[in-house]
Amino acid sequence: MTPNSQTGTDTVKVAILGSGNIGSDLMFKLLKQPGHMELALLAGIDPASDGLTRARDLGIATSAEGIKAVLADPDLKIVFDATSAYAHVRHAKALREAGRIAIDLTPAARGPYVVPPANLNTHLDEVNVNLITCGGQATIPLAYAVSRVTPVDYAEMVSTVSSVSAGPGTRQNIDEFTFTTARGLEVIGGAKKGKAIIILNPADPPIMMRNTVYVMPEANDIDEQAIIDSVNRMVADVQEYVPGYRLKNGPLFEQRSTAQGPRTIVSMLLEVTGAGDWLPPYAGNLDIMTASARRVGEVFAQKLLAEATPTEVTA
Amino acid sequence: MKAPRITDTTLRDGSHAMRHQYTLEHAKNIVAALDKAGVPVLEVTHGDGLGGSSIQYGFSLTNEMDIIETAAQTATQAKIAALLLPGIGTRKELQEAVARGIKVVRIATHCTEADVSEQHFGMAKKMGLETVGFLMMSHMRPPEFLVEQAKLMESYGADCVYVVDSAGAMLPHQAADRVKALKDALSVEVGFHAHNNLGLAIGNTLAAVQAGADQVDGTLRGLGAGAGNAATELIAAVLDKMDLNPGVDVFGLMDAAEFVLAPMMPFQPIPDRDSIAIGYAGVYSTFLLHAKRLGAEHHIDPRDILVELGRRQAVAGQEDWILDVTLDMAREKNGA
Repeated sequence: MTPNSQTGTDTVKVAILGSGNIGSDLMFKLLKQPGHMELALLAGIDPASDGLTRARDLGIATSAEGIKAVLADPDLKIVFDATSAYAHVRHAKALREAGRIAIDLTPAARGPYVVPPANLNTHLDEVNVNLITCGGQATIPLAYAVSRVTPVDYAEMVSTVSSVSAGPGTRQNIDEFTFTTARGLEVIGGAKKGKAIIILNPADPPIMMRNTVYVMPEANDIDEQAIIDSVNRMVADVQEYVPGYRLKNGPLFEQRSTAQGPRTIVSMLLEVTGAGDWLPPYAGNLDIMTASARRVGEVFAQKLLAEATPTEVTA
Repeated sequence: MKAPRITDTTLRDGSHAMRHQYTLEHAKNIVAALDKAGVPVLEVTHGDGLGGSSIQYGFSLTNEMDIIETAAQTATQAKIAALLLPGIGTRKELQEAVARGIKVVRIATHCTEADVSEQHFGMAKKMGLETVGFLMMSHMRPPEFLVEQAKLMESYGADCVYVVDSAGAMLPHQAADRVKALKDALSVEVGFHAHNNLGLAIGNTLAAVQAGADQVDGTLRGLGAGAGNAATELIAAVLDKMDLNPGVDVFGLMDAAEFVLAPMMPFQPIPDRDSIAIGYAGVYSTFLLHAKRLGAEHHIDPRDILVELGRRQAVAGQEDWILDVTLDMAREKNGA
């Protein structure tokens, strides 16, 4: 591994694939808070793209050769893929064969879903992990916070993002957002059934990203204080890597009528203010994605370093 | 002026007022009466469209797919339509609705977000459906802006694009200006969907017809979100008096409203205090019952909640913001 010239500690070289908004925001986050990572390459496919120019101006090595440039340098151990689901399917295979760790910010989901405070530690032996969706990163932690206290039948999330922060990828594939997020509420959130809804709001000035999480526990009689405590702990855990993550209202406990009779519903209303690293603060939906990616990368980097120098770690 | 096609949406927009408690028996009776009276298109879905059964919008008592299938089996001449809001419903539900018998899909987006519907129009056309685009909350943007959004839907494959007054906030000249702008710019049909929050559902529908609307919506007894919609039986009677009857049985529709629908309605939607506030503040009509319930629970005037939602520029589907606004107001009131 490479000694970091600034801090003297060991770091792992990482690359970002994709020079769009997500790739650029992640670049700024890795420069601001590198941890045990050294951003050694930003690879896009358009030599004239603003993203590559921006990176060069900041002294980051760039390439317009995309995945080829990443594969050419065996020192790039961790690769963040901020391209598209379509491209990631190909990238995933190539990176796996080359023995690199892929952190997938697209909806391709070739590897298991991860939400850092819920299940990251169980997937550290994987070579490809997927970050689900922005709404998933925001809401699955809260479904998980309830389901670790009491069994959950159903979890539903509603994500409202400002129109200007929803790019063409999201707009043309809006069904994929709902499928993937609903699945994440089940697989990681612990609900027997998940449902996701996304709404684009064109208000001017743009609204902050808002998310509402509704959870229907199996039992109507639940330990409310235990749920409140668990949710508060989870919010604090997420805030460690997404400082703008805030529970605005709730948990609120109410009885609602359903086809199966009255049921207890736990409602939690969130707001995510972006850090403003590259994208504006209202784009909390994109911020939570890149912040989660950085967190996942950091944990993998620490693990690689520990494996490379086990004696130093124990010494 | 030509006679517009009437689409009855008692079994979709009316689902809001029914709190999504329709049964198969209800559906069968409503469809049979409307079909017999010659209404050519009947919309049948959860009020918030396919997949709308949720905590956010209210759970359906009866699976909407079963209601669609019952409707399709009951109708002899009428085509069954479903509403789909991308972001809530997906192509998965659309496929199932087609398998259960729909022939028309109406794809609705907020009036500034038409580009989220491309995937769904493409798929609907591939499955051979008639397609209608719904530009919701059309009062929030001027005619020339709506034209651009309508053109997107036309380019994706819409056979008709509706100006939708989801908030019941338009005045007759505003409805007419918007319909006329779309008529001038599109080569496909143009429709209009009214809400009665300012008491203008029939007036706006007539203004739309005079401006050239090819399709208009109604519900029996006006049963729908907010103060309800333009009443189908009323549209029929008025069009008939204008010599524009599109081939429906006016007395048959009056009977359907009187003897089939009225007995099962939980209440008659009218422009009452809170509904007028919806039209006045320009917020989504569906917010009405949610704001009433939360206002009562937290001792807040529902009108204050609705006006604040208007100030925050809430759009269709944002029922969770009603809870958010209510809790914010309750906290402020309690000085916490």
